[in-house]
Amino acid sequence: MSTRQFGERVQRNEDDRLIRGQGRFVDDIPLEGALHGAFVRSPHPHARIVSIDTSAAAAYPGVHKVYTHEDLGPLDVLMPLLIPHPCITHGRTQYPLAHGEVFYGGQAVAFVVADDRYTAEDAAALVDVRYEPLPVEIDIERATEGGAPLVHSDVPNNVAAQFVQRSGDAEAAFAKADHITSIRVQVDRSTAAPMECLATAARWDEVSGELTVWAATQTPIGLRGALSSLFELDENYVRVIAPDVGGGFGPKILFPYSNEIMVPLAARELHRPVKWIEDRGENFVNMSQERTQIHYIDLAATSDGRVIGLRDRFIHDTGAFIPYGIAVAQVASTSIASSYRIPNIEVEFSCVYTPTVPVTPYRGCGRPHANFAIERAMDQLAQELGIDRFEIRRRNFIPPEEFPYAREGLIFADGLPVKMDSGEYDRCLTALEEALDVPAFRAEQEAARAQGRILGLGMAFYVEGTGLGPYEGGQVRVHPITGKIFVNTGLTTQGQGHKTTWAQIVADQMGVDSSEVIVVEGDTGVFDWGCATFASRSAVVAGNAIHKTAIKARQMVLQVAANMLEAGPDDLDLADGRVFVRGSGDRGATLAEVATMSNPLRYAFNKAAASATQFAAAASSDGPPLPDGKRPGIEAQEYFSPPHATWAYGAHGAIIEIDPVTCNIDVRKYICVHDCGKMINPLIIEGQVAGGVAQGFGGAFYEHLDYGTDGVLKNASFMEFLMPYATEVPDMTIIHQETPSPINPLGVKGIGEAGTIPVPSTIASAVDDALASMGAPPVRSVPLSPAAIFAAMQASTVPA
Amino acid sequence: MKPSAFRYVVPADLQSAVHARAANYDSAVLSGGQSLIPTMNFRLSHPDVVIDLRLLDELDYVRTDPSYVRVGAMTRQRTLEFDDSAYRANPLIRQTLQNVAHPVIRNRGTVGGSLAHADPAAELPCLITTLRGELVAHGLDGPRKIPAADFFQFIFTTALEPDELLVEAAFPVLDPGEGWAFCEFARRHGDFALSAVACTVKIGPGGAIQRARLGACGIASTPVVLAECEALLVGNKPSEELFAEVARQAVSSIEATDEPEAQRRYRRHLLDGLVRRALEQAIQRTGARV
Repeated sequence: MSTRQFGERVQRNEDDRLIRGQGRFVDDIPLEGALHGAFVRSPHPHARIVSIDTSAAAAYPGVHKVYTHEDLGPLDVLMPLLIPHPCITHGRTQYPLAHGEVFYGGQAVAFVVADDRYTAEDAAALVDVRYEPLPVEIDIERATEGGAPLVHSDVPNNVAAQFVQRSGDAEAAFAKADHITSIRVQVDRSTAAPMECLATAARWDEVSGELTVWAATQTPIGLRGALSSLFELDENYVRVIAPDVGGGFGPKILFPYSNEIMVPLAARELHRPVKWIEDRGENFVNMSQERTQIHYIDLAATSDGRVIGLRDRFIHDTGAFIPYGIAVAQVASTSIASSYRIPNIEVEFSCVYTPTVPVTPYRGCGRPHANFAIERAMDQLAQELGIDRFEIRRRNFIPPEEFPYAREGLIFADGLPVKMDSGEYDRCLTALEEALDVPAFRAEQEAARAQGRILGLGMAFYVEGTGLGPYEGGQVRVHPITGKIFVNTGLTTQGQGHKTTWAQIVADQMGVDSSEVIVVEGDTGVFDWGCATFASRSAVVAGNAIHKTAIKARQMVLQVAANMLEAGPDDLDLADGRVFVRGSGDRGATLAEVATMSNPLRYAFNKAAASATQFAAAASSDGPPLPDGKRPGIEAQEYFSPPHATWAYGAHGAIIEIDPVTCNIDVRKYICVHDCGKMINPLIIEGQVAGGVAQGFGGAFYEHLDYGTDGVLKNASFMEFLMPYATEVPDMTIIHQETPSPINPLGVKGIGEAGTIPVPSTIASAVDDALASMGAPPVRSVPLSPAAIFAAMQASTVPA
Repeated sequence: MKPSAFRYVVPADLQSAVHARAANYDSAVLSGGQSLIPTMNFRLSHPDVVIDLRLLDELDYVRTDPSYVRVGAMTRQRTLEFDDSAYRANPLIRQTLQNVAHPVIRNRGTVGGSLAHADPAAELPCLITTLRGELVAHGLDGPRKIPAADFFQFIFTTALEPDELLVEAAFPVLDPGEGWAFCEFARRHGDFALSAVACTVKIGPGGAIQRARLGACGIASTPVVLAECEALLVGNKPSEELFAEVARQAVSSIEATDEPEAQRRYRRHLLDGLVRRALEQAIQRTGARV
């Protein structure tokens, strides 16, 4: 008998290929005769374009075409604002190629197509662009003040959008509070830096008139829609394929990037396939970024530490454009109260333009920022009231019996109300507290202090609204010839292990081993209903759609087999690739046989087909070979649309040591307790958590895009942008807790972003604890650095 | 990130390499390629000619004599790191190399390449400067010895003439009982140092420091010998107070930069601490006590 696969630590089906270097990424797609593109990018954060002279570049040997906006014809249009919102009063998006003005360093100005990338880069350097630099303001607070230089001359105070959300009556809560805590915190700009940068390849088939685009994207279906619309092609004639994609982390959900327009255009005009592979230097100034927010957060509390009101006013840096709307800010604003009951909330944000790379979601999408604000504020409140950090959180948790817990008035980024579905927060925090062994640590910290060593314990709690709609679909087919099970979705995978998790879900219904289920996704030619991979939603939305589909496919198998085996469908079972009469293992058929029988054929091209031809003795009825209302083959398609987000959560804790000479942090212990509902595959979940913590640790202590006051990005390389190596990422202990979600059949919640969210809060909390005895000021901004820790030690009120 | 077009020359021996160098003013010398290739790919440098020294086996050696560990310029860093005779003659070499980048980079990176590149934050230039080692250049007129103190002139700038190649680095051996230490801090393992300190100390018969060598990198446009610090040490018995005084003195050698004040203050604190740590470790290795 096949054992249940759901919940098992199944090895990943995709790893063998990827680890052996047999992955096929966009750059690996063999396209005979392909030309290669390179962009000319603005070196200025803000400038008027006086003139562009492409003559030298166009004359360079090997160059086929040099494009500027003047060559784009009907494509010389502003790119879409993908997610509109009424509060966006001054939405601005860019042209595929700059149109008289550049708004950030890195903006595409011209596109060179040549025999190879070397030649394209040579020629790009020959495009003579005259700029007249314009003044910039990089500080998001000063940018909103009157008189600040404007990114867009017709956008007053650089404010793109302003939005207020209220739940309860914050004003009344603050009026009657015993205690008010107010802090200002800041999170700075970073970049996702996926291992594979952006990439686009395109081919127009002169015979069929079909455009095929290979893209390192998280949304082939979305990109196909944009291309159909821009190029005025019927969807049937556009196929977008995301082959193996080397990491996404959010920025690859944005579309269309300039390259996604220029590459197909050049392929059409030049009658040759065209490739553009973004290099690392470009990725730092082209692919969208995230993270700068400044929060002013106030908590109104009773004297025993119950938070009765929260006010947060924050400024969100949206970069030079706002193509993805207010998604990041909206997620931050609706996650601000976290796991705490806090019945009265008022949260207001402004999205501010800066002359920098546009901002769209990056793993965490506003949550690490909101978490940093609320968790820093909770620590501060605890300190002011003399209450333990763990205890103050316990006093404010939403208890298990109060779920579903709605925050009336708050609308999440999916346009639906904030309604938290389930959770056992106290149990989770207790597991963390025990794993950290707080009393033992306190003794060790005391002893270490006597030797001049500095130890600290930090902790943070987080929630994550995951599994956003609108919907995803699944398709399950049993191939009539081979009997193999194929699963398709409209999603993409960039390392999440979909080829394994979807297979596990289907395997349980079809009675096979998950290694025998073949998952194909990321290709609009295979399945083209759905949305994209983002917002920790795949397992929740697609996972449940596939689950529903697999149940339907199982029913189809049972129906056909019942006919074949002359048994009732309820008497049948599926295991080891066979369907059989329960209790009599011999009376059965293989899935291939069932699939064959389900498809009445005309031609007996092989032995199996012979038994399924229309002339074979029908197993049962006298009617037509394919009865009315039936379809040939075993093929099912189903969809799942969640009523609203499902809320995962967890707690992280760290024990750190600060070196008094280098002021560097050594993480001696890192604990993650998380709850993502029912787990499909704990192995994959641990990978997601660990990867998230690594990225979160980057955001806490290493990764910082250093835009100078002149708006120029000063560290656009892996030498100067400090992504932590494996040697810097702490070892971690991951503790699982499972509280099923009541709002989807599998009971699952998302896990993709969880790991990143509370790491900056946890490290900040640990640094505060380490330096508390010196009277150092608390951490209020991330990423931290040794220099920042040294500055805090210098500002201490008690000598070390 | 593709290099611009260049001509590629692979000389078969040192003489041809020197001639190729002399004949091509705008040439770059490729040894391990760990710095040159990235700068070419970033198009920060676009040499007309790249002279690849990979066939020059005659420059791949480690020879230890009573005075020096002599290392051919094309010796891979990893080879020197694992060379036991070099380790016995001067264990500081191995410790220093373990701070150079990552093993995969040391597998390809050469000793001569790192020295001739002259990054002011690099470890090998700091080591040879601190030890008062010597470099051997080879040009059309034959070989020429250059003391390390004269070799490093500025950021990425050495005393090599346009027709010269670096052929050998000579690291002085340590005396029996001499203590040594290399202390570095980089934000990530394997990165260039924010600051690093190299040091040797020899205790005299009466327990006082008889000889001290102390140098640092990452604090100026070249590696620096902390001569005033050495003078403070010699003739005194090691003590925490002495080391603190030396560390204060070291901090005054930091070259002014335009970095923010907070970063500057941190850098002073860091160098102060690294100097004290290096001295403590080196003294410990002499067997003496602080």
